[in-house]
Amino acid sequence: MIKLKINGQEQSWDGDPNLPLLWFLRDEVGLTGTKFGCGQALCGACTVMVDNDAVRACITSVSDVADRQVTTIEGLHPTGDHPVQKAWRQVNVPQCGFCQAGQIMQAAALLASNAKPSHDQIREAMAGNICRCGCYQRIENAVHLASTGV
Amino acid sequence: MNIMTNSSKLRGFERAVRVENVSRRAILKGLGLAGGFVLAAPILSRPAFAYETGAGKMPHGVVVDPRVFVAIAADGTVTILAHRAEMGTGVRTSLPLIVAEEMEADWTRVHVQQAHGDETKFGNQDTDGSRSTRHYLLPMRQIGASARTMLEQAAAKRWNVPVMEVKAVKHEVVHDATGRRLGFGDLAADAAKESVPAVEGLKLKDPKDFRYLGKGEVSIVDLHDITTGAARYGGDVRLPGMKYAVIARPPVTGGKLVSFDAAAAQKVSGVEKVMEVKGWPWPSKFQPLGGVAVIARNTGAAIKGRDALKIVWDDGANAKYESVAYRAELEAAARAPGLVVRKEGDVDGALKSADKVVVGEYYLPHFAHVSMEPPVAVADVKGDKAEIWAPVQSPGGTREDVAKTLEIPIENVTVNVTLLGGGFGRKSKCDFALEAALLSKELGAPVKVQWTREDDIQHDFLHTVSVERIEAGLKDGKVIAWRHRSVAPSIASTFAAGTVHQAPFELGMGLIDVPFEIANIQCENPEAAAHTRIGWFRSVSNIPRAFAIQSMVAEIAQAAGRDPKDMLLEMIGSPRHVDLSSVKDLWNYGEPYSSYPIDTARLRKVVELVADKGGWGRSVPKGHGLGIAVHRSFVSYIATIVEVAVDEKGKLTVPRVDTAIDCGTYVNPERISSQIEGAAIMGLSLAKYGEVTFKDGRVQQKNYDDFPVVRMDESPLITNVYIVPPAADTPPSGVGEPGVPPFAPALINAIFAATGKRIRALPIGKQLEA
Repeated sequence: MIKLKINGQEQSWDGDPNLPLLWFLRDEVGLTGTKFGCGQALCGACTVMVDNDAVRACITSVSDVADRQVTTIEGLHPTGDHPVQKAWRQVNVPQCGFCQAGQIMQAAALLASNAKPSHDQIREAMAGNICRCGCYQRIENAVHLASTGV
Repeated sequence: MNIMTNSSKLRGFERAVRVENVSRRAILKGLGLAGGFVLAAPILSRPAFAYETGAGKMPHGVVVDPRVFVAIAADGTVTILAHRAEMGTGVRTSLPLIVAEEMEADWTRVHVQQAHGDETKFGNQDTDGSRSTRHYLLPMRQIGASARTMLEQAAAKRWNVPVMEVKAVKHEVVHDATGRRLGFGDLAADAAKESVPAVEGLKLKDPKDFRYLGKGEVSIVDLHDITTGAARYGGDVRLPGMKYAVIARPPVTGGKLVSFDAAAAQKVSGVEKVMEVKGWPWPSKFQPLGGVAVIARNTGAAIKGRDALKIVWDDGANAKYESVAYRAELEAAARAPGLVVRKEGDVDGALKSADKVVVGEYYLPHFAHVSMEPPVAVADVKGDKAEIWAPVQSPGGTREDVAKTLEIPIENVTVNVTLLGGGFGRKSKCDFALEAALLSKELGAPVKVQWTREDDIQHDFLHTVSVERIEAGLKDGKVIAWRHRSVAPSIASTFAAGTVHQAPFELGMGLIDVPFEIANIQCENPEAAAHTRIGWFRSVSNIPRAFAIQSMVAEIAQAAGRDPKDMLLEMIGSPRHVDLSSVKDLWNYGEPYSSYPIDTARLRKVVELVADKGGWGRSVPKGHGLGIAVHRSFVSYIATIVEVAVDEKGKLTVPRVDTAIDCGTYVNPERISSQIEGAAIMGLSLAKYGEVTFKDGRVQQKNYDDFPVVRMDESPLITNVYIVPPAADTPPSGVGEPGVPPFAPALINAIFAATGKRIRALPIGKQLEA
């Protein structure tokens, strides 16, 4: 039996310990804000935070996060008002929106470790998250806005 | 905004409007929907602005009935149905916003509800072809105006005053003379009893009074939910007892299952069942490809189970499809005469008499849509009833196809449209929903079918593969001859065996509608057979055509020693409506040419605007270059300047992109900008990387590592968008797709300016490194 905390709540799993965290979150726990985009850590749509680090839930097994704290988009802020979320809305970032939970989690992790990232640091830190609609310019603007106060 | 105006200008409207197809209205009455107007005919407004669209010719036409689209609760909440699919363009916000504007609803008190798939009730729902605003601006205004009129009539009766004395203003109806006012909620019950006013007599708002339209100040309705993870996409639907499925499909299009060994798969923890999925013979239209499904308690277990399957396939007729050889076939075809689809003057004679002939042959490979959300669908089939939840661009078509596939009446099928995590044309094809329906029927339980990224790339309805060959003859520095041969397997091949020519809707995307003022023009379409599923990809055939034609213009400019922008304007020629009477089937994006001609004044205008704003001719650092391209598609006009930087190792970056778009009268300029910003990224992706190749009939790429798309660290640093303010009464035109086609040729022309290297085959890949 694997135990872990997701968004502050105790969860347990007694199935395949190698089950990717992504599918545990989505199909077993019912937290569908974390998205499936590639299954190979190539697109970042499934980004969650484990403790304070951004990780790709699609290649992280449930056993890898035993006894750890997992934060998903649903748990980032109780009312959805994390500075990154607020900045995202202010800049009207999303088009289809599918990748945005992963983008927001990645951006939140970036700002947690580097409160004032430079232009190049933002572009580098966010390069693992694909947006097929092509919202990159606005994502960068939103991360910058979040870092300077929304 | 200058569309439609006050009542005085509406005079004569009654004569101009044509409400046809009475039989279809009779059908509506039979369903208890009397009073709905199905405008199967073009929508005309006042004669001074009589624009006609092709909306009425779409399957099931247009329905203009406030009782179908609008509901007002006693607390004043106005619910407006969004009947088109949201895939990122903002349409789920824009169309209801038009209704709200015209009915004087306060947007903060409007709730948008997604309509299910029912074209008899809602009219056409195919969210494709950049049509939503262009086909629905006027009908949505009419729906809003009808609702407003009904509210005003109800208030006038309540107060016992003439209806012309009352007026709806921001969620209330007011009687100025007495200062009385009633909220929409107070009037809702009475208004519902009013008869629906005739479309012909409706008063539309004066655009100067618009609160929302044309302003760009309203964010998309899903914005908050998207940022908190609450937005629901196809895969986010969860039903009690739902099973999770992934499917192993035949690796070669048209192949089929011979046998499978499920022993190892069934031992995987969480796997519950392994079963065959019915497939359809090639060409299979939108029907499933067939294969073997693994059913499990979660998607992860299903994927692991599928990995353990041992399957024997019969590869079928396309087993030898191989991209290198196929390209050679296309090139050979393009070098010989083909079916003539436009002919003016004597192109052979003119080429012979030319001082100089410039020849360009341009290759564009297959590429995949790779929307961030791979195809996914949930189905719950019980007896002869089916309910589907899916991210589909064509909910009406999906409903029809589910009914046919399950052999049940269409009335028994409910298609719930979730948000789409990108569509780009892929989700116009509902094969994934049909798979879910078939599995649910067999299992007697709700089923979610999840495609992996590998499934998505390997079993896509791919963008076609093409060779565009252009020969241009110059005499005394002027272009006197233009022969364009376009050879590519057609989308029609997915529907009809033996298709070797492109369909009118493909020929009409930049080939036969070339807008140049050249005396001798000939367009040809040599034969090409398809060996995989070809489908609509955002912008469709406009991508290869704009790439070829706009590269060619720059090549001609180079040969003639001219500035590319000046050459481009010279070839476009005088301001006029291009005479295409020589073309048998113009298509014109389904729009009547009278309302949507090829207007070279508008084409010139976007070139001049982008040249001005984008600083054409400005000096750039060493290793940088500017390129320009213009293209009309989806009846919009769009021009792009790309600044590229190529370093000594051949690595390219894009410091700046400038784009000017003329899409006529528009609703939400903020979303137009977002579409054009995104189109630049998609254009850059396909130009740098976009290539799906085949070997032994199999797609060679699997995921974002071998089918890359542009990431943030390589995206343009600056993207400027300039929207041409619409001239009075300019009809609305497309926005979602037109941004993509000019990007690649502008980039390629910029690379030539920077390096002197002319790229004629995409993707660029490593060509600059050589």
